[in-house]
Amino acid sequence: MSMTSEGGHGAVPTGPEVPVEPKAATARRDWPLYECFVRGKRGLNHVHVGSLHAPDDEMAVHAARDLFTRRNEGVSIWVVKAADITASSPDEKDPMFAPSGDKVYRHPTFYEIPENVPHM
Amino acid sequence: MSSSTLDRPTPPDEAALQALFDATIAAGHRIEPRDWMPEGYRKTLVRQIAQHAHSEIIGMQPEGDWLLAAPSLRRKAILLAKVQDEAGHGMYLYSAAETLGADRADLTDKLIEGKQKYSSIFNYPTLTYADVGVIGWLVDGAAICNQVPLCRSSYGPYARAMIRVCKEESFHQRQGYELLLTMMSGTPEQRAMVQDAVDRWWWPSLMMFGPPDDDSPNSAQSMAWGIKRHSNDELRQRYVDMSVPQAEALGVTFPDPELSYDAETGHYRFGAIDWEEFKQVISGHGPANAERIARRRAARDDNAWVLEAATAYAAKQEAAA
Ligand SMILES: [Fe+2]
Ligand SMILES: [Fe+2]
Repeated sequence: MSMTSEGGHGAVPTGPEVPVEPKAATARRDWPLYECFVRGKRGLNHVHVGSLHAPDDEMAVHAARDLFTRRNEGVSIWVVKAADITASSPDEKDPMFAPSGDKVYRHPTFYEIPENVPHM
Repeated sequence: MSSSTLDRPTPPDEAALQALFDATIAAGHRIEPRDWMPEGYRKTLVRQIAQHAHSEIIGMQPEGDWLLAAPSLRRKAILLAKVQDEAGHGMYLYSAAETLGADRADLTDKLIEGKQKYSSIFNYPTLTYADVGVIGWLVDGAAICNQVPLCRSSYGPYARAMIRVCKEESFHQRQGYELLLTMMSGTPEQRAMVQDAVDRWWWPSLMMFGPPDDDSPNSAQSMAWGIKRHSNDELRQRYVDMSVPQAEALGVTFPDPELSYDAETGHYRFGAIDWEEFKQVISGHGPANAERIARRRAARDDNAWVLEAATAYAAKQEAAA
């Protein structure tokens, strides 16, 4: 039995005898996955803080409150079903984001301004 | 714009993906859920994050045993908040495991069936209220030593979960230490209770860092992948060095006659750890293994109706909408 200190609380067996693949037959996915966003305080954007499972939108907000704002971490919570998010996968990184590499002129540093011009 | 950016990309071959993965790790950047990753990396993470999550969840039990017997309302409120945090830690971690394709309910089943493990430390019983303080100080203290470097783990969701966890652990450790300080300023019996709890928890807390480096074959790969940042022995030494002055300030001793300061290295030397005990406990023969799993099983089975009711209610609402 080989062991290593893996998670934060200590050492456990790590040999091939420890299963890591989900068993399709027992997988219970009745409750959808929600992604949660919290506004830390007024003036800030909502920021993604994590995900959770809940039976419906309302319960998702309640669970997010308990899970992510136990210490006044936020003034507002958004939840959205993960399935409803459209994402640009990193797989598509090149076609999606590479062109912006060519467009350096979109950044202020592209433009040289004489030093005697103030506030620019 | 160069014409190449308009070309349709050809699907990269495995070697190119591996090279990109290696370069990301080498640059100290994070791997994110939808990135390509080697199977071994994914499996190691699922196993590690799952056992970490299980440890948080099972770890609620030894302290939870004292919730109804807390000595004051103040202590009860503190302990309740601490145990609730541990539930939260478990949830953050199960979420991170799910980004790798694991299923939360399935992981729980594997825990209950004994196929996946949790930390050996939670298989020891909490005999007195001093144990609550010692767990906060020593067990959460050891968890902090392990978890702080994991905030820089190469897998993004795991590292982010660890950042949230670490923010909360400081409260866990300080409430425990303060509880012990209070007891140490009490009666001789109370001081004896603290020393007794320290005597029982010290060695198991050293075992939390895992076997010595020369007996930890998976560690090297985990470190190469940037999942782990320090070896077991390194972290254990750091923990001992931090704990000894804390014990002195508290007025307790550790049950190790060989514990001594080595001026040459600037570290504390300590005695040999009983790895046989560790192996017994981790393979199911600790004082509380059966009880911990039985209670987790009961929580799953006895409360299943709540999940079903909530699902039925959600379906009904949706149908009405
Ligand atoms: Fe925790
Ligand atoms: Fe903790």
